[in-house]
Amino acid sequence: MSDFDFSVITANWHFLAEGLRYTLQVTVTAMIGGIIIGTLLALMRLSSIKPLQWFAAGYVNFFRSVPLVQVILAVYLILPLLLQFLTGKMIPIGAENSAYFTFTIFEAAYYSEIMRSGIQSVPRGQIGAGYALGFTYGQTMRLVVLPQAFRNMLPVLLTQTIVLFQDVSLVYAIGATDFFGAADKITQRDLRPVEMYTTVAVVYFVICFALSRLVKRLQARIAIIR
Amino acid sequence: MNYHWDWQFFFQEADDGLKYYEWVISGLGWTTAVSLASLAVALLLGSVLGVMRTTPKRWLVAIGDTYVDLFRNIPLIVQLFLWFFVVPELVPDKIGIWMKQDLPYIVTAVVGLGLYTAARIAEQVKSGINALPRGQRFAGLALGFTEWQTYRYVRLPMAYRIVLPALTSESMNIFKNSAVTYAVGILELYFQYKQIIEKTSQVLEITIVVTMAYFMLAFVMNRMLAFVEKRTRVPGLISGTGGK
Repeated sequence: MSDFDFSVITANWHFLAEGLRYTLQVTVTAMIGGIIIGTLLALMRLSSIKPLQWFAAGYVNFFRSVPLVQVILAVYLILPLLLQFLTGKMIPIGAENSAYFTFTIFEAAYYSEIMRSGIQSVPRGQIGAGYALGFTYGQTMRLVVLPQAFRNMLPVLLTQTIVLFQDVSLVYAIGATDFFGAADKITQRDLRPVEMYTTVAVVYFVICFALSRLVKRLQARIAIIR
Repeated sequence: MNYHWDWQFFFQEADDGLKYYEWVISGLGWTTAVSLASLAVALLLGSVLGVMRTTPKRWLVAIGDTYVDLFRNIPLIVQLFLWFFVVPELVPDKIGIWMKQDLPYIVTAVVGLGLYTAARIAEQVKSGINALPRGQRFAGLALGFTEWQTYRYVRLPMAYRIVLPALTSESMNIFKNSAVTYAVGILELYFQYKQIIEKTSQVLEITIVVTMAYFMLAFVMNRMLAFVEKRTRVPGLISGTGGK
């Protein structure tokens, strides 16, 4: 190995930072959207209406059985077809935008399983107590059950978000410029794979390691309620 | 929708003289091979690391913990790129050139995916061993077993049974994760999927077929391990009486 050339990194840091920003944006969007849709799916799964149960179970099992890279590519190609069918116009979406959508619907399946076990961890009496206070189903869920479920599952939801943050690197499949994509594009041009890929690995490691330690501490703090 | 459905294209001949459905089958074969080989690597190394993390030796625990932290906090695709493009540059020239020229891609990919999955397996093996009452180890030692023998004859046989459901889902995950190896040139199912789309534009048909193929792989793995679970269950435990 020759010398590790830091100037390749400093010369391109702006492009890399842009990539990292995109990765973070996709992560945060998919986390918020995924938790909202995932919670709805979990409520459907636990409802007494059979078709809703089937839909939620089918949705979750489907997305949990296919590789994420395949979903990323399939959505990127099929979404424009679908939009054209619905609106009659050709609407170019672009790889960057399609990834926001893909990660939101894909992660919803995983967040849904977490929220489901969160809801199931709330004692049944809480629902009865909600109804006894005269709350409707919606109020019981929103004001009594979900806040507790969310609190119990916060560490797991965050751990899933760290996984999601790493998985955004798979937008490589459609050529979007995320953090890893940016480093890869610089490598194609400057032919410095060692510097570029090592930088990506180190940055990912530092961020994910720090976050997972924080989650561990949070877990220890939250765990005392019962 | 003005999409042109055409299921016949699977039987058309591609540039290389093979038919498209044969591309799918060959991809399926490579996916299976890469996944199973990586799973073997991961189970072996993951077990060793998992055991290391439960020993009383501080430095063994430290090595195991560091490994898991390192391999869980870097995305799989980045790890594969490190093995393919960075490691050959860092090792002595002779080995580097051998890695780049003579070492088959598939070996590097299997090792990469295996080492990545090993970190997950190590977590599970560790939690399985820690789930056992401490008395099991003491009982083993009291019988005159060495530390290693308490693992071999007392603790590991129980720990594996306890974590088998978690190992099942990890074994199903590895088929999905193996799709990422397309990025380093393995001609597995996802690679063929991408290639067929480029050649034929029949996105929907091939998406349906490949999705079903991944379903099938996960399903077969699940049934096989469910069978193992049934055969190895311990009478008297909650999981030993009922369950699937």
